[in-house]
Amino acid sequence: MTKLKELKKTKYLNPYVGGVLLGLVLLAANFVAGRGLGASGAIKSTVVTGMIAVAPAATENSGFVGEFRDSHGGSPMKTWLVFQMLGVIVGGFISGALAGRLKLKVEHSPGITSRRRLIFALAGGVLFGFGSQLGRGCTSGSALSGMAVLSLGGFVTMMAIFGTAFAFAYVFRKNWI
Amino acid sequence: MGPLVVNEIITENTNLFLAFIIGIGFGFVLESSGFSSSRKLAGVFYGYDTVVLKVFFTAAITGMLGLLFFSLFGWIDLSLVYVNPTFLPSAILGGVIMGLGFIMGGYCPGTSFCGASIGKIDALVFIGGLFLGVLIFGLGYDIWEGIYMAGSMGDPKVSESLGLSDGVFGLLLIVVALAMFRVAEWAETKWPREEY
Repeated sequence: MTKLKELKKTKYLNPYVGGVLLGLVLLAANFVAGRGLGASGAIKSTVVTGMIAVAPAATENSGFVGEFRDSHGGSPMKTWLVFQMLGVIVGGFISGALAGRLKLKVEHSPGITSRRRLIFALAGGVLFGFGSQLGRGCTSGSALSGMAVLSLGGFVTMMAIFGTAFAFAYVFRKNWI
Repeated sequence: MGPLVVNEIITENTNLFLAFIIGIGFGFVLESSGFSSSRKLAGVFYGYDTVVLKVFFTAAITGMLGLLFFSLFGWIDLSLVYVNPTFLPSAILGGVIMGLGFIMGGYCPGTSFCGASIGKIDALVFIGGLFLGVLIFGLGYDIWEGIYMAGSMGDPKVSESLGLSDGVFGLLLIVVALAMFRVAEWAETKWPREEY
């Protein structure tokens, strides 16, 4: 039993070691590209590309697409974060494969159904996607990367994300514990 | 020397190739730290698993110290490094909406891609939600442009805003993080959970 517990405890990287490694990846991004890591930016690129493809005329006057074009030259898919996110999928897959964690499943607390988990995952995704645009970046791009460069906005967003999640933890406890 | 692409030491295409390599490192570290599991991620809000807090703050501090030391050694010109601009109203409101999305969905954008990469269907559905959320923002941009653009402060550093030097602020952040790690370790023994 102790051995099994030990195995469970060690199947993931020590969190402090993981943190240092993640910090070094973040440092590498800044050293190479002069910018930190991100995730929601790649989704924005894809959505902008989709909007232009589906309704080119309607997007001509879209403030959202216009703002994106102002800050990114060239094709919206040829951006740093799109390439970085493709790498994330590959890197996550390699780690999962090495650790024997590749498995198709809906992960949820035994107290709730898969259906409930998926509904909340969808709703949470919609909120997170929307919030990441309003907040100019998500946990990676705004909070983590912003904190490393001591951005005031990065710290504020980080506190707002974690503070709100803590504040509502009780409301959604059935989903997790 | 750094940032390499800004100083034209590498080309734009090399930069994009390195983005892919850096992304692999990013995804690998997230997944091996357990960030591909929503139940591990959400644990920080109930105390049974605080891996998020530990990895997140250790990474932020490592990145911050790395940049400060690189700058000190003359290896990177920090004035060329992107500092996220601050728009206080949207930073707070966006963060609040993201926090709600986090506790409901159990993922954030980066971690959801990690989860999906190892076969988590809930992560894939979360990603579907992300696209929908970004699209809603894009389609209704005119409605929220006012709050999105309100209160621009440029790109101030938190250290400047508090009237501290970067080094002193960094030290304070480390002390605060160490205190939080102490509490996190305590919480995990107070609200332990079986395998999940």
